[in-house]
Amino acid sequence: MSDQQTVTLSKKDFVSDQDVRWCPGCGDYAILSQVQKVFPQFGIPKENFLVVSGIGCSSRFPYYVDTFGFHSIHGRAPALATGAKIANPDLSVWIVTGDGDSMSIGGNHLIHVLRRNFDLNILLFNNQVYGLTKGQYSPTSEIGRISNSSPLGSVDYPFNPPLLALGAGGTFIARSIDREQSHLQGILKEAYMHKGTSFVEIYQNCWVFNDGAFESLTEREMKMETQLILEHGKPMVFGKNKDKGLSLKGSKLQVVKLGKKYSIDDVLIHDEKNKIQGLLLSELSYDKKFPTPLGIIYKEEKPTYETMLYDQIEKSVQSKGKGNLDKLFHDSHTWNV
Amino acid sequence: MTNKSKSKKKVDRVVIRFTGDSGDGMQLTGSRFTEATAIMGNDLATYPDYPAEIRAPAGSLAGVSSFQIQFSSDNIGTPGDKLDVLVAMNPAALKTNLSDLKTSGIIIANKANYTNKNLKLSGWEFNPLEDDSLRDYRVIALDMTRLVSNAVEDMDLSVKLISRSSNMFALGLVSWMYDRTLDSTINFIKEKFAKRPELVEANIRALKAGYHYGDTIEEFQHVVTVSKAKFKPGVYRNIVGNQALCFGLITAAEKAGLNIYFSGYPITPASDILHILSGYKNFRVKTFQAEDEIAAIMSVIGAVFCGDLGITATSGPGMALKGESLGLAIATELPLVVLNVQRAGPSTGMPTKTEQADLFQALFGRNGESPVVVLAANSPADCFATAFEACRIAIEYMIPVVLLSDAFLAHGSEPWLIPQTKNIPKIRNHLFKKSNGFSPFRREKSTLARQWGIPGTKGLEHRVGGLEKDIETGDVSYDPENHEKMINLRQQKVDIIAKDLPPVDPSGDKSGKVLVVGWGSSFGAIKEAVNRSRKENHTVGHIHLRHLNPFPPNLGETLLKYQNVLVPEMNSGQLLLLLRGKFLIDAKGLNKVQGKPIGVDEVYDNIINLAGA
Repeated sequence: MSDQQTVTLSKKDFVSDQDVRWCPGCGDYAILSQVQKVFPQFGIPKENFLVVSGIGCSSRFPYYVDTFGFHSIHGRAPALATGAKIANPDLSVWIVTGDGDSMSIGGNHLIHVLRRNFDLNILLFNNQVYGLTKGQYSPTSEIGRISNSSPLGSVDYPFNPPLLALGAGGTFIARSIDREQSHLQGILKEAYMHKGTSFVEIYQNCWVFNDGAFESLTEREMKMETQLILEHGKPMVFGKNKDKGLSLKGSKLQVVKLGKKYSIDDVLIHDEKNKIQGLLLSELSYDKKFPTPLGIIYKEEKPTYETMLYDQIEKSVQSKGKGNLDKLFHDSHTWNV
Repeated sequence: MTNKSKSKKKVDRVVIRFTGDSGDGMQLTGSRFTEATAIMGNDLATYPDYPAEIRAPAGSLAGVSSFQIQFSSDNIGTPGDKLDVLVAMNPAALKTNLSDLKTSGIIIANKANYTNKNLKLSGWEFNPLEDDSLRDYRVIALDMTRLVSNAVEDMDLSVKLISRSSNMFALGLVSWMYDRTLDSTINFIKEKFAKRPELVEANIRALKAGYHYGDTIEEFQHVVTVSKAKFKPGVYRNIVGNQALCFGLITAAEKAGLNIYFSGYPITPASDILHILSGYKNFRVKTFQAEDEIAAIMSVIGAVFCGDLGITATSGPGMALKGESLGLAIATELPLVVLNVQRAGPSTGMPTKTEQADLFQALFGRNGESPVVVLAANSPADCFATAFEACRIAIEYMIPVVLLSDAFLAHGSEPWLIPQTKNIPKIRNHLFKKSNGFSPFRREKSTLARQWGIPGTKGLEHRVGGLEKDIETGDVSYDPENHEKMINLRQQKVDIIAKDLPPVDPSGDKSGKVLVVGWGSSFGAIKEAVNRSRKENHTVGHIHLRHLNPFPPNLGETLLKYQNVLVPEMNSGQLLLLLRGKFLIDAKGLNKVQGKPIGVDEVYDNIINLAGA
């Protein structure tokens, strides 16, 4: 937790010498590019980054970023990142994971890393399909998905990632999308700035196995009607003419049309620190009647795990004195022969 | 306090087992008696045995808790096979332990607990204290609860409290019988109950009442004494296996100039290691109680990648969960230590009972060709040296190491010669500190250790992972020949360690009729059995393997110097199969898988069988 010296780096400093092997046209390229763009902007030396992943298409990510990286095993990246962060709290740790890796096989680690609030960042590439194993439905696929493992349609209800993260005690929950490059950049920076576990769900298109999953959110014609761009302190309006908004009806959200019956004053102001509101926004993930929230859904400041652990260590050294082996060995009844 | 009124009788060794209900305080009684015995200068070994249920129904067979101690004027290695004294605080304890008592051994029973209800609960048709079913033993049946009650009658204590102090009465009585002082226990009581003076007073009175009772009653003609044992000169303390493991780890970290990162998930009988290390924050030990066994080892891998000495501890079921992660540590060639405190399996098995059936799991329990270094500790005190050795190998060879302990070692105790820390050799780590000349898979010739470049070090940025790596660059490679080279390299990394290991040197006879080869906690039993058979002029040697993978360099040729090889194990013959497979010898197994340690007599009988053949 020492002061970092300011360094000047550029995107190319974070491009590794490895050939990128994702399918041409994969949404992962855009995300990689944004990460390589924002890393040099943080002003920290490139050797102080660590990118950790599990297994899956997205988990190849560390190989392509020229800093320290660990491509671990399926679902376990949060656990590995936990050990790294405790061993060296100065590192900027980034977990790259997919919807299978984090929501299915690694679900347990994900919820625990969220509740512990380490200062690290989780990028969930959500393409709602298993890509690397060739197309099975995933824990975020909508019910009824036809796939090679669900020829009659899946009967699995999906996870709602932001809602799960919120329930697990996450302190920074945001969503962006591979095609919205400047929005994604902004969210990545916010995630870095947040002192705590940042959970960023990134909708990512897999054109081979689930093409067009987020088309309505990215096509020029439709997206103005489907994207709800969240900005702290601003009313939650959307639509081509900014003529629609979210308001509260009882304890539920509703879409209102601004004009005769409703005015801008009826529209709810986004408060990223309001957990109940965060919960309501998270609920909209799969609901076609509502726009999809993009941006910071919820944010909260609280002490990080590593800060509290190191406090205990320092206090212990102060109160007991620096550990001494000889003293330790003699701390019970001894006798001489 | 001294015994003046009765004569003294000297013996070489005594085995006592304190048994009672889980709530009777038998572990406390046993550990206090142990400390008093350590002060007397006897050699000793202890073995606590307790139910997996935290609070089994009172008075039931399942709820019996016991603590066994052997103390002697000789050097001993086990808590003893047959009991001289059985303290049985209730009928369930008598029922489950009586078969281990020597004929004409002493039973000390608290009559107050031999009620109709308790007798029925533990399956006695009649009260054994009142009929002749115990005629082969010396029975001292006392109403300890009433005797304690008399001793504290002016104190206005609850019946429950009085009954709870009866273990102190038993301790006082046994202390008198074997001439132990009460001082250390009195000090302990004063410290433990410092905030409740009435408990201090009650417990001390109960303790003394037991002690004086021995002096008074006629059943004891004499006090039994045991002379001091001969020890190597030095300063000693009593140590429990799990504690010794922690001391070994922390010493290795200091000698290697590294900090410890420890992560574990609570599991019997390994949890103590997490408890102990979490108290060493002033040594800058970082402990992390993980959400599961997998997270524990994965977080260790993360910490090791960042330059800490990483350790995790578990038992068999947890070891199974860690398998894939251990494979990752092998593939990424990172120095970490996995402690497996073995318990009876398979599956949940018998969590509080001992066994050594995880050897194959340690050696082979992963996918692919994934060799790992395997060590085993052989006694509670040896846990120190073996933990240190595990860390040394991990760090100097950049390789994961599995250390096998077991429930018997974990909770057992014995005197430990405290080492002079300044004489313990340093451990050389491979942290790479320059900013040029680094390549993550560039190796040192003598150890094949790769360079350890950690995040935060300028110029060493690199990526590792579980995919196969190019032998030169460390980049991902699917090249068929490269894969085979890497398979061979990972095996060589284990094999090369044997070069630096001390050759095996059998104790006892260097050639002859029988060689007993053991590993793990059977050490003491084998040692005593070998000594006994040699006194009867059989030519017998003993090898106890600390290094199970790789084996010491001259093991094969040593086996050939004996007509018979006997391999006692608390499993169905795992080391046996390895020795037979690797060295093509017709070794014989002594296999006992009952959740209990192997006894001296069993090993002795098997030696004599082979030696006589």
